Formats: sequence, C-alpha cells, structure tokens
Amino acid sequence: MRAYVIKRVFGMIPTLILISGLIFIVIQLPPGDIVTSTLDRMQSQGLEVSTEAVANLRAQYNLDQPLLIQYVRWIGGFLVGDMGYSYLFTRPVSELVWERLGYTLMITVSSLIFTWAIAIPAGIYSAVRQYSFGDYLITTIMLVGLATPSFLLALMAMYAGYEFFGISIGGLFSPEYRDAPWSFGRLLDFLSHLWIPMVVLGLGGTASTMRILRANLLDELSKPYVVTARAKGVKPMKLLFKYPLRIAINPFISTIGLLMPALISGEAIVSIVLGLPTIGPALIQALIAQDMYLAGSFLMLLAVLTVLGMLLSDLLLAWADPRIRYE
Amino acid sequence: MADNLLEIRDLAVEFGTDIGTTHALREVSFDVLRGKVTAIVGESGSGKSVTANCIMRLIQPPGRITGGKIHFSPNDAPAYDIAALPNKDPRLLDLRGGSVSMVFQEPMTALSPVYTVGNQVAEAILCHRNVSKEEAFEEAADMLRRVGIDNVDRRIQQYPFEFSGGMRQRVVIAMALVCHPQLLICDEPTTALDVTIQAEILTLIRDLQKDLKNSVLFITHDLGVVAQMADQVVVMYQGRVLEVGSVRQVLKTPVHPYTRGLLAAIPGLATKGARLATIASVVGDADLTTPHPLMTLADGRQVSLSSAQLADLELTDD
Ligand SMILES: Nc1ncnc2c1ncn2[C@@H]1O[C@H](COP(=O)(O)OP(=O)(O)O)[C@@H](O)[C@H]1O
Ligand SMILES: [Mg+2]
Repeated sequence: MRAYVIKRVFGMIPTLILISGLIFIVIQLPPGDIVTSTLDRMQSQGLEVSTEAVANLRAQYNLDQPLLIQYVRWIGGFLVGDMGYSYLFTRPVSELVWERLGYTLMITVSSLIFTWAIAIPAGIYSAVRQYSFGDYLITTIMLVGLATPSFLLALMAMYAGYEFFGISIGGLFSPEYRDAPWSFGRLLDFLSHLWIPMVVLGLGGTASTMRILRANLLDELSKPYVVTARAKGVKPMKLLFKYPLRIAINPFISTIGLLMPALISGEAIVSIVLGLPTIGPALIQALIAQDMYLAGSFLMLLAVLTVLGMLLSDLLLAWADPRIRYE
Repeated sequence: MADNLLEIRDLAVEFGTDIGTTHALREVSFDVLRGKVTAIVGESGSGKSVTANCIMRLIQPPGRITGGKIHFSPNDAPAYDIAALPNKDPRLLDLRGGSVSMVFQEPMTALSPVYTVGNQVAEAILCHRNVSKEEAFEEAADMLRRVGIDNVDRRIQQYPFEFSGGMRQRVVIAMALVCHPQLLICDEPTTALDVTIQAEILTLIRDLQKDLKNSVLFITHDLGVVAQMADQVVVMYQGRVLEVGSVRQVLKTPVHPYTRGLLAAIPGLATKGARLATIASVVGDADLTTPHPLMTLADGRQVSLSSAQLADLELTDD
C-alpha cells in the first residue's frame, strides 16, 4: 500500500508539468496579448500611445522575453504563491484567486453533498424495487431534472425566491454584508444564500448519479456472492449495505476527481445568472480579456485540484477495494 | 423423529418473463433422508437449482413458488412447511445458513471480493449465534482447518482472490458447515473445478458428512458422481421428477427410459471404441413431454410413466 501511495504521489509531478506547459501554450494561442488589447481599448478612446509606452508595458509583463523564459517565470512565481497581476481586476491574481476559489469549493462541496443525499437513497430504492411504481416515479422526476438546463433552474429559483420569500437571490451575501468582515450574522446570511446554488447545481448531477447507482446496484444484486450471503442468513438491510452496495459505490469513488472540472464548467453559467463571486464567471472574463495571468492561474489551479482529486479517488479506491491495493 | 428431514410434495415454481410464464418446476415430489446423501441428477435446465433454491426460499421475483409443500422436520424444533413461511418469518433467517446451508457451483464468484475470508466465514456464525467476534473467528479458523486449508492463521486474513478455485470452494464449504446445519445442499459444487480437484472436494464433502452426520442434498448432472456420493437418487427432467430410488435401484436397474438414456450416455459404461449412445437414441420415441404421476413400484422406488409403460414393466419384471 505504501509503495502504491508513493508511486501515485510522484506520478503527479510529470502530469502537472505537462499540464502547465499546455495551459501556457493555450493562453498564448490567440493573436495579440494584454498589451494589444489595452492598446485597442486606449485607441478606441482616442488616446495616443507612444511606442515607448508600449515597450514599457511589454517589459512590465515580460512579454519581450522568449516564450520559454516567460513560462519559467510564470510557473516559478506560481510555486511561491506569486501569480502575477490581473490587469482586468487591477489586483494581484493571488488575492482574487483564493477568495473565489474558497467560495467555489464551498458551493461545489455543498452541492455534491446535496446530490448524494438525494441520488444515493433514490438509486438504492429504485434498484431494490426495480419496476415498481416508486421506481418509475423516481426515474420520471429524475429525467425531468436531467432535461432542465441549470441556468433555467437558477432563473426559476431567483423568481421563486423573489416572488414568494421576498428576498433577492443574487450573489452570496445581502448588500449589507457584502463587504463586511466575517461575523456570525454574515455566516447566517451566507448560508441563507448558499442553498440556492447548492440546489441548482446539485440537481444537475442528481439524475445521472442516481441512474448510475441504480444500474451498478442492479448488476451487483444478481451476483452469486449476494446469493451466498443471503443463503448464509444475513439480514436483508445489512446484506444490502455490506454486499452489493459496498461494491456498487466504487465507481463513484473513482469519479470524485472528475467532479471538480465538471462542476466548475456547470457552475459558470449558473454563477453568471445568480451573480456569484466564483471562479467560473471570472475565468470567462479573464479569457475574453486575455488577462493571461488570471486565466492561467485559474486553469492551473483547476488542474492541480483535478489531479489532487484523482489522487484522492485512487487512494480511496485502493482503500475500499483490496483487489486494487494488492496489485 | 421422522425419517425424512424434508418431504417435498407437488412443488411448483413459475417464472414470469416478457415472453410468458416458464414453469420451472411442476409437481416435484421427493424426500430428503435424514443423515443420508440424496442426489438430484438431471441435465442442465431440468430445475435442479430452482429446487435447491426453493428449500432455502431463495427464489427471487420474477420467480414464485406457486404450489406444493416443503415439509421440514428439524431435529430440535417443531416441523413446519418452508414453502408457506411468510417472508418476514424469523424462522426464515434461522433456516438460511442455520439449519440448512448451501454450497454453490461457482467458487470464484460466491464470495465477496472486498472482505477477508475470515470475515465472511465468521459472519455465518455471528448471524446465528450470540458469540463474540473473537469466538466466531476462532470457530471459523477451526472449520477452515477441518476443510483442509493450511496456514489458517495467515489465510484467514486474506481475500478470496488470493485463493485458488479449489481452495475457495473449501472456504465456501467451511462457511456452509460452520453452524452445523442439518441439511447441506451442494449445487454442482465441482462443476467449475479442475478434474483432479473435483475428486478432492467430493471426498471432503463425503467425509465431513460421515463425521457431522448431517443430511446432504447433492445436485449434479454427472451419474458417475452420483454413484460415488449418494444413497438415494432423484432423476429430474424439464422441471419434473421422473424416477426416485436408491442408488442401487436407479443405477443398476433403471426403469424410466430417460434414466436408461442417461446411463447409456456415460463413457465408462459403454463398450470401448463404440460410439456413445445419445439420450435420444436410447429413449427412442418414448414421450417425455406428457406428464405422468409418480407411481410407487413394489420395490419402493417411484417412477413417472404412462399406464401402458407401467403395464409393460410388470410383464418384463416377471
Ligand atoms: N431467473 C430465472 N428467470 C427465468 N427463468 C428461470 C430463472 N431461473 C431458472 N429459470 C427456469 O428454470 C429452469 C430450470 O433452471 P435450473 O433449476 O437453474 O436448472 P438446472 O437444473 O440446470 O440447475 C430453467 O430452464 C429456466 O427455464
Ligand atoms: Mg443449476
């Protein structure tokens, strides 16, 4: 087991180097850079820009250096927490990133818990009572949920919140708390705003999670080891949890690592609709404005989180399944 | 105490499928003798496993017991009809793995891959008796030793995939016997194993039965195995019982044309170098699809034949 962990942890390093290189190249791909988009903006406002100023700007952003040097500087800074300066938000990227990352993680994790809290019991019920009325009912509701785009759900939630509860749903805080320091009141305010994105984002994954669990569990339920356990006199509930369910959840463990990128891309549109200060909307803005340090940092952090997530799911899987542990 | 541990009468099982109802068992009747080995023999699909599953009430929807009785007379408790037990009856959990247990055909998949062998064997004890985990593991280890597993202290911590097929089947046998059941059902326990290992497992089951004096219901499609294992034989075909009798009666002087066909198709008994008879060639135009009630003959055996065939029989007997 220890050898396996060490192997997996060190295996991350080349992956991350490769990803960082790719991200750097992708960011460089569109024609122009921050300086040209700044120039465009200034010239459209009728401002004259001297070639000297342009050169200064280039030097300031290291744009006059060869690409390899630019890359090394960027990734080197990244390692010590210096992620450069966002021209778009006129703040250091690191400040922006940590704040938005924090909110994003909170929303992601809570919507994941929401998804599982609904999908797992529903999936178990549907599999155990296959083809019953309840199974069809759950499946129907889930399919409607699956077919509803999450931004539509977000709009509906905003409307319902405003119409029936008289609260404006946008953002994660009420106006009076938006820039206040953390306090108990602010926390309550945060939680009262959190549930809408939690539900809206969580529902999206619920249907597919439930369907996958149902299918996995149905597969396992007919396996001989389940019959053996039943023939041994294991009580029905214990039987279900200890034998088929225990194996049916393994595929979920292996997808934990993929949830992060999936949720971030799902989150972007919902966050724009709901006005949430998360990574998604900022990433889109940064990419449009070619704010390279900001976009690069977001992408790189997402990559790191994804790779860490994969590591986590591999380790969990090895812990959960002796066949992997002993390979 | 009745001589028969089980008396199965007119058992019927149906499976409702998309294309209609399959009658997996019809009017199945036979006894399982106390302290003896009763074999069920029949080709694949004849309803052997369904019969075994009925005895432990393991038939799952879309299957259903639609009629008949499974009269069970335990050594230590009042008799009852297994087929009539409600699903929530506590006797059902008692029965499964307690007074009746089963060894399955596929040792490779009969154990959960994610729990140790010790955990799965000890669980059988913990389900039925009020003992501590340590005691349960002790007893599990004893039983594993008894079925011929070496290095039990180490092996008990291992997972099923670290065992060979034959060793796994030993584990399954230990798991089935660890609560000292009155009836051990073996559903083709050696079909999935190598020939050399088959013999070892058969000897093991036979020896343990002599030691523990439990009854065994042994399911196989192999008449050679029947000769080696059984005291009593039940011949099944298409969900029906065709012939019931002692091993000597059924193997030496089979009455039913189908049983004769089965015997003629065994390589060892046919003349060397000759083509093996197919069952169809021996059975000839005997009609196997029309059901006839089981009749008891003078020598005690039972057979399902038309009255014409029965009349023929009396003639040739003289
Ligand atoms: N799960 C099932 N669904 C539908 N039909 C079944 C099922 N299990 C058994 N049967 C029916 O019962 C018959 C007997 O099966 P079985 O007892 O498994 O035969 P075998 O003698 O080979 O053990 C099969 O031919 C099939 O028609
Ligand atoms: Mg079978």
